[in-house]
Amino acid sequence: MSAVSRERRSKLASRAIQVGFLAALLALWYLGTTFWGISPLLLPNPVRVWAELKDVIATGEFLPDLKVTLGELVVAFAISSSSGITLGYLISRSPYLIRVFEPLVAGMYSVPIILFLPLYVLFFGLGPGSKIALGATISFFPIVLNTIAGFGYVEKIFVTAARSMGASDYQMFRYVLLPAAFPVILTGLRIGFTITLLAILGSETIASLAGLGHRIVHLAEAMETARMFAYIAFVVAIAATLNTITSSIERRAKRQ
Amino acid sequence: MSALRDIQRFLYRRPGVTRLLVVIALLLFWEAAARWWVDPMFLSPPSKVFSSLDSVFNTRGVPKALQITFYELAVAFVLSVVIGMVVGLAVGLSRFSHRSFMPIILLLYGTPQITILPLFILYFGIGPPSKIAFGVSHGIFPIIVTIVAGVQNIKPILMTAARSMGASRWQIFRWVIFPHMIPSFFAGMRLGMTGVLLGVLLAELYVSTAGIGYFTTLFTQNFDPTKLLGLISILAAMAIILNEIVRRAEVYFGRWRTD
Repeated sequence: MSAVSRERRSKLASRAIQVGFLAALLALWYLGTTFWGISPLLLPNPVRVWAELKDVIATGEFLPDLKVTLGELVVAFAISSSSGITLGYLISRSPYLIRVFEPLVAGMYSVPIILFLPLYVLFFGLGPGSKIALGATISFFPIVLNTIAGFGYVEKIFVTAARSMGASDYQMFRYVLLPAAFPVILTGLRIGFTITLLAILGSETIASLAGLGHRIVHLAEAMETARMFAYIAFVVAIAATLNTITSSIERRAKRQ
Repeated sequence: MSALRDIQRFLYRRPGVTRLLVVIALLLFWEAAARWWVDPMFLSPPSKVFSSLDSVFNTRGVPKALQITFYELAVAFVLSVVIGMVVGLAVGLSRFSHRSFMPIILLLYGTPQITILPLFILYFGIGPPSKIAFGVSHGIFPIIVTIVAGVQNIKPILMTAARSMGASRWQIFRWVIFPHMIPSFFAGMRLGMTGVLLGVLLAELYVSTAGIGYFTTLFTQNFDPTKLLGLISILAAMAIILNEIVRRAEVYFGRWRTD
């Protein structure tokens, strides 16, 4: 009885610390910018950031940039997931091909692919093309690797059992391979999605003509720090939402 | 016919050789594409890239830029490991602090730090400090998370046993927690190295006055794909070597574990 209540009290204390930590951070931010004379160019007042954020959302100014970024994200992810799953499946069909290709793909994955961005800008220009190419390249590798891991390492006994009971190729795929591989592939897709978003925001930040990353850089260069903070908060919120959605899809699909 | 079968059997037994052949085929494809199909303004063949590696090195400022980038990587990595280790231990060793601070750490880990890259430039300038800071911001979280996981995964029975035999806090740390942390410490270092590489290179590409980013921009704007590809190859080699060192260390120090 007392152990339970102590547990509960400790849990409450943890929550209090979390809330207190965030509140202290906000308070410091407010006090520092209002009374202690931190330059608004370096750190804008939170009240102003809030006002700017409301303005950004109310005027719908973010819409064109959001459209560009999400469009790039969708295309890049569609390319990498379709090609990654196809290639991964083809490789996973033979243990020999797995042994040939898996180390190769894993080796390429360890190269920081962000290095190709200047090359892609050279190939595809400053527009969405280079962002899509980078996003697709970066997410391609985890998707291939997870697809290979999913299809390639299905327990032999299931395959043998299904075959000995006379399953056709389609039945084998539909009822044995796919259910076994699905959760692993989904994990690859989630990782791929997260880093596609990262790559696209990153390449927009580095060299671009439009998009949310571009907008943030533009505001930074114009020294409109308050509005930049508002956009950063906006982008972080969008990224968090997208990541939450993908993880919850993954979790729900895995439970079945 | 039988010779062909022999080759087939030979390759079948040695996937490594086949892998090498695949790589060679890819390089040949690149060579052919660059020679005959693609505008030389945009792509140059691998033979030309490799033979002109020394001209990349001889470009004024490139050796210095490589040095600067390497220095940024090293400092960012050391800082990430030290800070990540201290924070990871502080958060992981007590249930209370774990429950209080882990959600905050995971929240920060989950945000795309690339959005605040302009802030790093604003605070730390366009020189190496901003690259180091950005690299640390990418490298530190995977290290904290892995160290916390490593500390938490110690079997409670080992802790109870040590405590019941009268081990002091220090002895428990030295003889129970520390040896069990080593594998996760190196796993964290490997993930941290990946993060640091990403952070430093991102910041370099974003804005740079003397580092690698400056030269990639220069070569891109001059439509000089030979030197650009050469520089990218050098950097990729650097990244692979750094990753490989950490990975080897991980295998080496984790080998006492049999489970």
